[in-house]
Amino acid sequence: MTITSQPSTDGQELTISISGRFDFNAHQAFRDAYQRQDVNPQRYVVNLQGTTYMDSSALGMLLLLRDHAGGDEADIRLLNCNGDVRKILSVSNFEQLFVIA
Amino acid sequence: MPMRLSILIAEDSPVDRMLLSTIVAKQGHRVLTAADGQEAVELFQEERPQLVLMDALMPVMDGFEAARRIKQLAGDELVPIIFLTSLTEHQALVSCLEAGGDDFIAKPYNPIILEAKIQAMHRLRRLQATVLEQRDLIARRNQQLLDEHRAAKAIFDKVAHAGCLSAPTIRFRQSPQALFNGDLLLAAQAPAGQMFVLLGDFTGHGLPAAIGAMPLAETFYGMAAKGYSSTDILREMNAKLKQILPVEMFCCATLLDIDPKQGSLRVWNGGLPDGYLIGAAGRRTALASRHLPLGVVSPAALDDKFEHYPLAPGDRLLLLSDGVVESRNANDELFGEQRLLAVLDANDDPARLFDEIEQALLDFHGQQHDDLSLVEVVVSPEVITMPSIAPATAHRSRPMDWSIRLELRADSLRSGNPLPSLLQILLQVNQLRSRVGEIYTVLGELYSNALEHGVLGLDSSLKCDADGFKHYYDLRQQRLQALVDGHVHLQLNIKTSPHGGRLRIGISDSGSGFDVSRALQAQFGSDRFSGRGLHLVRQLSDRFDWQSDGRGLSVEFAWQAEA
Repeated sequence: MTITSQPSTDGQELTISISGRFDFNAHQAFRDAYQRQDVNPQRYVVNLQGTTYMDSSALGMLLLLRDHAGGDEADIRLLNCNGDVRKILSVSNFEQLFVIA
Repeated sequence: MPMRLSILIAEDSPVDRMLLSTIVAKQGHRVLTAADGQEAVELFQEERPQLVLMDALMPVMDGFEAARRIKQLAGDELVPIIFLTSLTEHQALVSCLEAGGDDFIAKPYNPIILEAKIQAMHRLRRLQATVLEQRDLIARRNQQLLDEHRAAKAIFDKVAHAGCLSAPTIRFRQSPQALFNGDLLLAAQAPAGQMFVLLGDFTGHGLPAAIGAMPLAETFYGMAAKGYSSTDILREMNAKLKQILPVEMFCCATLLDIDPKQGSLRVWNGGLPDGYLIGAAGRRTALASRHLPLGVVSPAALDDKFEHYPLAPGDRLLLLSDGVVESRNANDELFGEQRLLAVLDANDDPARLFDEIEQALLDFHGQQHDDLSLVEVVVSPEVITMPSIAPATAHRSRPMDWSIRLELRADSLRSGNPLPSLLQILLQVNQLRSRVGEIYTVLGELYSNALEHGVLGLDSSLKCDADGFKHYYDLRQQRLQALVDGHVHLQLNIKTSPHGGRLRIGISDSGSGFDVSRALQAQFGSDRFSGRGLHLVRQLSDRFDWQSDGRGLSVEFAWQAEA
């Protein structure tokens, strides 16, 4: 599991990329990724391109990010989900909370 | 700072023994000496020295055998044995190690090397002692945790089994540790005859999940017993979890509201895998997740829309936790949805489906798998008798003569269910307690008749098939939302006499009325989806009257004074 975060050039958007298994072990790294002190983004992108697996604690981490980003006002997009990841997100109906593409 | 140890020297040559003793004693250690292996083993038993210097070749018992015995006597404790040897063949040196020796030192002895080896062995001893201490600590703590889990589980079971999980129509499999895996199964019989079943799956494991289960179970059972609707219970559970759980925790759940008398099923699934409604002939309907899990959104944002399905006696409902499809076997293969669907497809006798799923899981895993929950409910036409909600009080009842009248107008008809509050009032009358289930059923039937057919003008013949059933409830929702005028009057009269007493329930509504006698006739027809209500009301109550214009009904429950 590797988690990286990359702000856009104007600093308005933060892209968090997760490769490998997105599960409980990613907890601290994922928090660190969105709690960076050097940026103050308005929007977040979670790039799940390399994510092979996701469990319910990963869903919990996404809720933490949403809370951090302003709750109902949060602007978060989940991009490049593979079939399995998309299935997990859709069983929990997370498309009601996040833009999933 | 070198440690002073007690050291046993086993050496048959008196000269060598003397020489070695002098070296070791000079280095500050306490010395014990033995002239052969047998003596060494005996001395070890008596004195428990911390380290042994052992000659390989000795009379009576050689060093190899003595080493084996001493190691056995030492048990888990590390007692290092250093062989003293002039042996140079490799095979002989290997034999020293195989017999349990930890090192060897060649004659003639170099005091500096000898002391270095003694200290190195002592470090190993300490390491071993620390490992043992930690192992024992972990074992003790683990035992403590298991004991605590057992105690917590016993407390929780008192709450969880307050309901009707033991009913003959319910079958489930859940490991004893399920609570600490975050799985929760609850079932309750509502006063009006429905059965509510909740399967929940908290994110995370261990204590946090188990603690969240407690208020959920209390809310579920408390509200079900008081006659609240499944929608009310769902809303309250979501609100409670939203309030108490940290942001990253939530509970995936399916709530079933099974009403065998009305022949209807209401389902709300937020985040659990598909459940299934399986007809007696094997027809299968998936009960898919349509909502966010419980505890994620605020009460205002909760989507509490249930899906409606017709039910017939003999239908089966199957719910499973994601532990079923997400379980992995020893080869790290996923059981997966396809395997489950294959089992469902292959089934030709719904009564055996539960066993077949269990067998498929067992075949796949090669052993019982712990982290999953499976529950099946068979729809039975017979209502399971409810244990009375509250035991009757001992004191004699006083004479009573009172009535209350309630008028519910559009906004209240839309937003609430007045029955639980009315039931609480009626429960104050001791003599009615034993009939609370019947009274609630009758109140429920009368109220939904007045609301749906009277105020909202819905035609129950719509519910003639599965599609019509859904249409009926969609229409009900639409008209209720759009309602501006309209009311339901409810009146309760209680009057006692020296011989007994009676409860009279009167209900009327703003609808256009209906032909009561024809409606009663029609209900003996074969139509199983509609119109059961009035017939049931007449059966359960002691007296049943209606106004000629069909806009008002009245029902009586009577009791005799206790002798």
